[in-house]
Amino acid sequence: MTVARPIYLDHAATTPVDPRVVEAMLPYFTDAFGNAASRTHSYGWAAEEAVERARAQVARVIAADPKEITWTSGATESNNLAIKGVVEYLAESADHVVTVITEHKAVLDSCKYLERRGTKVTYLPVDREGLVTPQQVADAITDKTALVSVMLANNETGVIQPLAEIGAVCRARKVLFHTDATQAFAKIPIDVDAMNIDLLSASAHKTYGPKGVGALYVRRRKPRVRLAPQIHGGGHERGNRSGTLNVPGIVGFGTAAELAHTAMADETARLRGLRDHLRDRILSENEHVFVNGSPQRVLPGHLNISFAYIEGESLLMALKDVALSSGSACTSASLEPSYVLRAMGLNDELAHSSLRMTLGRFTTRDEIDRVADLLRRHVTRLREMSPLWEMVQDGIDLNSIQWAAH
Amino acid sequence: MAYSDKVIDHYENPRNVGSLDKDADDVGTGIVGAPACGDVMKLQIRVEDGVIVDARFKTYGCGSAIASSSLVTEWVKGMNVEDAMSIQNAQIAEELSLPPVKIHCSVLAEDAIKAAIRDYQAKHAARAPRSEPVTEAEASK
Repeated sequence: MTVARPIYLDHAATTPVDPRVVEAMLPYFTDAFGNAASRTHSYGWAAEEAVERARAQVARVIAADPKEITWTSGATESNNLAIKGVVEYLAESADHVVTVITEHKAVLDSCKYLERRGTKVTYLPVDREGLVTPQQVADAITDKTALVSVMLANNETGVIQPLAEIGAVCRARKVLFHTDATQAFAKIPIDVDAMNIDLLSASAHKTYGPKGVGALYVRRRKPRVRLAPQIHGGGHERGNRSGTLNVPGIVGFGTAAELAHTAMADETARLRGLRDHLRDRILSENEHVFVNGSPQRVLPGHLNISFAYIEGESLLMALKDVALSSGSACTSASLEPSYVLRAMGLNDELAHSSLRMTLGRFTTRDEIDRVADLLRRHVTRLREMSPLWEMVQDGIDLNSIQWAAH
Repeated sequence: MAYSDKVIDHYENPRNVGSLDKDADDVGTGIVGAPACGDVMKLQIRVEDGVIVDARFKTYGCGSAIASSSLVTEWVKGMNVEDAMSIQNAQIAEELSLPPVKIHCSVLAEDAIKAAIRDYQAKHAARAPRSEPVTEAEASK
């Protein structure tokens, strides 16, 4: 007898490795175990060949040249290398970075690190839908700006920024443009030339590849982007990132990228259908429910939704047979509610009341219906237990009450 | 985060959820916390002859907050008011095995019972000049 596992609706956190990817990786642990930097024997050549094949597979997803792909340990490292690497390299001529307050912490904390060392950073606000405008970027750029970094799609809300338009602004102003495409890679079409992207971060494990491997796209021509390496050593990866390559991981990333890219159109339609079904059921079966983020510009598998007057963690606890995440403070180490939702103008209460559900390759319609059933039942139950719900039912305006912060 | 069995039990089978008439003479109501902080507790007691004979709660908050308020309503029933006033958050946290990041939930539950008792006492302090007990003849007027 098998024990039923929780329904997995947290694909924005990570994804299972596709069995076809595992299959492709296996020989590179044992038979073809060579160091890709070994030039003197066939073990090394086989490893190098596999790495270069993967490089082409990853490059194809973003319409880049394989030589423009640098392997890293994941998107966090890619973001660190892009931001610190560019700013350090251009330190004599520029000292300013433009980014957005809803970026991932890997971008924000890299910027904060640079700020402590004298770099100026502009954090652009977003609108109610989570979007930043090309005009905001244009207005923030100065003649000392080294880099603009704007994520392609947000990890919490799935909101997709107008990247091509922002890229055009950066190119016109001759400022390098980096995007953290971790969530969007191989999920929506990306063309680094058409979008004027100069650096792009991606990760294997968000797209059914293994954890611990990522890539940074670094433009080679028009303009040629130069980086100060952040990890020093044997000069691997054209000097951008030293360290023996994780050959099985890289092979897995390449295979995962190709599989996702090939199936992208069909998978987008399928995921969007499931997500819309889930969203529509939740909206029609529960009152005082709000979808967070742009309804149009959003990844196909993302749904971020606030259930007013219910605290997010208590709802997660009710959905113990579903794996998902919340913007509630109680689920974070910092005890602060989601900074992304707050940046979009949500009040703290709605940020505390949010759930993020992210669908993926193996999500079924039956699972979606079970989650919608559970939500309806527990939203009702928890509201009956909520003093805020009671006050609202009694016609009391919660904003009229002097709450004591604690 | 893994919850203790007692937290899960109170969360799944909360004791004494509901409301008492806050305008009733023998009811004290405490509302503590703030929506922006992610937890609000409403705790109510009904008192007869200095003894808490009924308690009800409603809580907006995480599982530990719900469990803390549920536990307190269970504890105070049958207690006299002075004893209930001396409940400490540490006792709640210990009973529920709350981890350090959830200690504030037990603090809020302690605040809630104290606020409910004070509300009850304030109602009666205001009425103090009137001689008590009220006779049956007066009550029926």
